[in-house]
Amino acid sequence: MNNNGGYGRIILSLMFAMSLRIMPFPAPLALLNPDWVLLALIYWSLALPERVGIFYAWTFGILTDVLLGRLFGQYALAYSLIIYLCLKLHKRLRQFPIFQQGMFIFFCLLLSQLLLFLIKNIQHPAQLQATFWLPVFTGTLCWPMVYMTLRFVRLLRSNQ
Amino acid sequence: MSEALVIKLLFAAGPSINTRLLVAVLISVALLATEFQSLRLEPLRAALSFLVDPIRYLVDLPSTLSQRLSDSILSYETLKKDNTQLREQQLIDQTKLLKFEALEQENIRLRALLENSFKLGEQVLVAELLSVKMAPYEHVVLVNKGTRFGVHPQQPVLDANGIVGQVIRSLPMSSEIMLITDPSHAVPVQINRNGLLTIAVGSGQTNRLNLPFLPNNADIKPGDLLITSGLGGTFPPGYPVAVVDEFNPQPNKPFASITATPKALLDRNRELLIVWSNSNPIPLTSQHNERESENNSDE
Repeated sequence: MNNNGGYGRIILSLMFAMSLRIMPFPAPLALLNPDWVLLALIYWSLALPERVGIFYAWTFGILTDVLLGRLFGQYALAYSLIIYLCLKLHKRLRQFPIFQQGMFIFFCLLLSQLLLFLIKNIQHPAQLQATFWLPVFTGTLCWPMVYMTLRFVRLLRSNQ
Repeated sequence: MSEALVIKLLFAAGPSINTRLLVAVLISVALLATEFQSLRLEPLRAALSFLVDPIRYLVDLPSTLSQRLSDSILSYETLKKDNTQLREQQLIDQTKLLKFEALEQENIRLRALLENSFKLGEQVLVAELLSVKMAPYEHVVLVNKGTRFGVHPQQPVLDANGIVGQVIRSLPMSSEIMLITDPSHAVPVQINRNGLLTIAVGSGQTNRLNLPFLPNNADIKPGDLLITSGLGGTFPPGYPVAVVDEFNPQPNKPFASITATPKALLDRNRELLIVWSNSNPIPLTSQHNERESENNSDE
């Protein structure tokens, strides 16, 4: 494997995930829009744990904070914690069948959403709506698609 | 040799991931704690926005392009029709303005009699909306003008029909605007008919505002126009905000349930006006008179 290349691809795919995050979908779809950045980060940390680590997660978390106009540090915090879990478990997770992997992704997304809710709640008491949790479910459903797409992107590299 | 190399490679990775996580979490918490208390991190956000803004503009590109395209392939007929319509509208507006100027002068004179100050007209900047969705459950939009054009937080934002919202954060190349319909936004308003003061709170729906602080016997009825009262200092007084569309007294509760529809086309506009209100009151005619009379007496 060529160790020099690949960073451009990782960063471009994460940028693409960021642009999907703010895509102006019509109202009902906007509520379902999952956390693409986190999904992409999870994929890369499972596939290339020696490259995409907590530094990536934290940096893209901070950029997501700016992108979505949130308080500094909340996405950075959530992403770093989730990617830490992925790095710790990546050897086991790679062996899992897609269904079991999906369960893990579901809990990752749930944890991240829960952290974001807690931080928002500290800022000012927020009303919890059922729709707040929808992106967790759609994110889990999107995981196989993200997995296939990014796998394709990753393997393109080694052919060159 | 090779074993040493392997060991070196193994440990060349730097700190362990536990340490890295600890550092990341500590920095994040420190940033969050700073943000809770102050605006000290705004320069950092402005710097990072140079990395993020290209993504926002890129996402906005398709809708801008389609807008441009539809503008450029408009048929001759449509253009002609639009032109006639705009001409008529302009004629009507011009006539209204003629009257307005006389009224403004009269208003200044009357206020001078009352020894009241009068605010000068406002300066505006046209900003274009970026079609970007920041958070689905918040009514915050992004426009393409920022601190480079002198935009600053808490500036009121209007469109041709009424109040749209206020700037909540300005970055170098873009600004975030909270719409009046956001659940955490409130506008001080008064009823145009009788001057009754109250507060219009966002409902979370783009076509509804709530007036939760009026008693059951308040003098308000469907069709009443709500205008900004100028209290609080963010919004200049006298701009239309909404029209009352429902008034339901609730005898079992201290306040009536009243809803209103915003005048501004919150979900259909692409151009918005950011306003600088001039806070220097103009010199009053009575002062001139006093000075003149003083001069006269000196002579």
